[in-house]
Amino acid sequence: MNPTLDKFLGGKQGAIGLAVLATLILVVFPLALDAFRLNMVGKYLTYAFVAVGLVLCWGYGGILSLGQGVFFGLGGYCMAMFLKLEASDPESTKIQSTPGIPDFMDWNQITELPMLWQPFHSFGFTLLAVIAVPVILALVIGVAMFKRRVGDVYFSIVTQAIALILTVLIIGQQGLTGGVNGITDLKTLMGWDIRDDSSKMILYFINAFLLFGCILIGRFILASKLGRLLMAMRDKEERVRFSGYDVASFKIFVFCVAAAFSAIGGAMFALQVGFMSPSFVGIVPSIEMVIFAAVGGRMSLLGAVYGALLVNYGKTYFSETFPELWLYLMGGLFIAVVMYFPNGLAGLWESHGRKWLGKLARKPAAPATPAPVAEAPVASSQPRELETTP
Amino acid sequence: MSQPSAFQMPKPVLAIEGLTVSFDGFKAVDDLNLYIDRNEVRVVIGPNGAGKTTVLDLICGKTKATAGSIQFESRELTKMREFDIVRAGVGRKFQNPSIYENLTVFENLEMSYPKGRKVFGALFFKRTAEVIARVEQIAAEIMLTDNLYLQADLLSHGQKQWLEIGMLLMQDPALLMLDEPVAGMSVNERMQTAELLKRISKGRSVLVIEHDMEFVKSIAHKVTVLHQGKVLAEGSMEAVQSNPKVIEVYLGH
Repeated sequence: MNPTLDKFLGGKQGAIGLAVLATLILVVFPLALDAFRLNMVGKYLTYAFVAVGLVLCWGYGGILSLGQGVFFGLGGYCMAMFLKLEASDPESTKIQSTPGIPDFMDWNQITELPMLWQPFHSFGFTLLAVIAVPVILALVIGVAMFKRRVGDVYFSIVTQAIALILTVLIIGQQGLTGGVNGITDLKTLMGWDIRDDSSKMILYFINAFLLFGCILIGRFILASKLGRLLMAMRDKEERVRFSGYDVASFKIFVFCVAAAFSAIGGAMFALQVGFMSPSFVGIVPSIEMVIFAAVGGRMSLLGAVYGALLVNYGKTYFSETFPELWLYLMGGLFIAVVMYFPNGLAGLWESHGRKWLGKLARKPAAPATPAPVAEAPVASSQPRELETTP
Repeated sequence: MSQPSAFQMPKPVLAIEGLTVSFDGFKAVDDLNLYIDRNEVRVVIGPNGAGKTTVLDLICGKTKATAGSIQFESRELTKMREFDIVRAGVGRKFQNPSIYENLTVFENLEMSYPKGRKVFGALFFKRTAEVIARVEQIAAEIMLTDNLYLQADLLSHGQKQWLEIGMLLMQDPALLMLDEPVAGMSVNERMQTAELLKRISKGRSVLVIEHDMEFVKSIAHKVTVLHQGKVLAEGSMEAVQSNPKVIEVYLGH
């Protein structure tokens, strides 16, 4: 195989794992699920962007961010602002006292579109902002933290604080952000109705392709010298520093990449679900996103996707049937991951699943249900970062 | 006391003058002067707490000096960042072997190859024939050719020490600083390490901290004795060993 291609695919094992996941997401789900359920899977997959970012930044880089919801939210809000402006044309808002501005602004006695919102009339600017706003914030946080060598649990606490601050800010600035309700009633994207089943299907596929794009970028990073440096830094930071590397710049980079991935997820969330609210920004959703990565396997990009799918499926299933139980179950799941399978489902697959599949392959029939496939090269067995999680 | 090489030609590679560091009033290094010549192997000895490791920390930027200067090839190190000091040509081995245990010996050495040290350089770093040749050359030097593709945590303690020395050699430093390189090694490994140091000190200066006197004797051109953050004696091994002040410090009061 061509070496560059090999870097993206992660060798034969990696290519098979990718093919299995692609079949599941691009073929099995669209064929097997109705439009409502497929849209729901699409929503879960937007969280997978965050989980994939966390594999890079937490699993490999050792940087546990408990505030990825911030970047997911900022990406989502940028997209939602564009969609909201489109949904608030003077014609459909003529009953407002100030037509042509988003409804929640009208309710808050705002009579003019705020400066902050002006550039979001442009779709090009919006696409840029979806990535740039979260990445610039990540850059600022990264420079402020990592250049001062704030790390480990202190960094996690700071990211939590930022998640909380942003939530408070969004809720407090009701006229600017829609407050606790968020930005709702998103209808069209450049005249294209995003609410009907066929457009939801198209958005699902766009989402899936973007996710695979992120996974491939992640693989490229991990296969490069930078990927090995991340692991080296996680285990022997001083040695890396005294080998002539500016450790902080690598941490900032991987944190920004994770932020960018989260932001893409957030923007796709706004498009597929049709609203964005502070409940996807704060501490609880940020920690949930870490759980997706932990359950799937924090050393496995593909595992993170399975983690996001499974945990969210569990959440939906249990909150439909036993709503009170879900939080306990989620807590139990996280404890189980920390205690018994620190490398998540991908780790379990590496240690048991392959053998089981090998046995199964010798029998003639029964194709296996798609199981998580790990592509992690060398997974360190000690859950060092996991233990610092509150 | 004499300050031998300060005013001789050629200029010393490393010139430490008036170096002081105090931790909450305790002066771990106190007005220290130390000069190291090109191609010299200098060993620093001294009782526990004499400030030996602190001196290395100060040179490589891990600890910031309270006062004084460290001139390395006419560049002031006290104001430089750690990675800039490394890039200027100072390599430092830590007391405990500090290697990347879940990478192979090859990858450990490659990691110290002085290319692709910036974010995007590392992202697009290619393992060229040049890199491979360099890694193989260093692996031969540190006697690890046969273990090149072994994961580093499977090496013996002595081999890990050599690997870390090899990682420094990859950077081809003008000044190599080794903190207790033979600690925990067998007699045989110590001899091999002494031979290794003799080979690699050609064309560069080496600053070693060591307790093992047999080993010191076999490698040192000159010995500096530190005591309470100050230079107590300096000179050849024989001169230092017969110095009454040194004997007193080592044998107690």
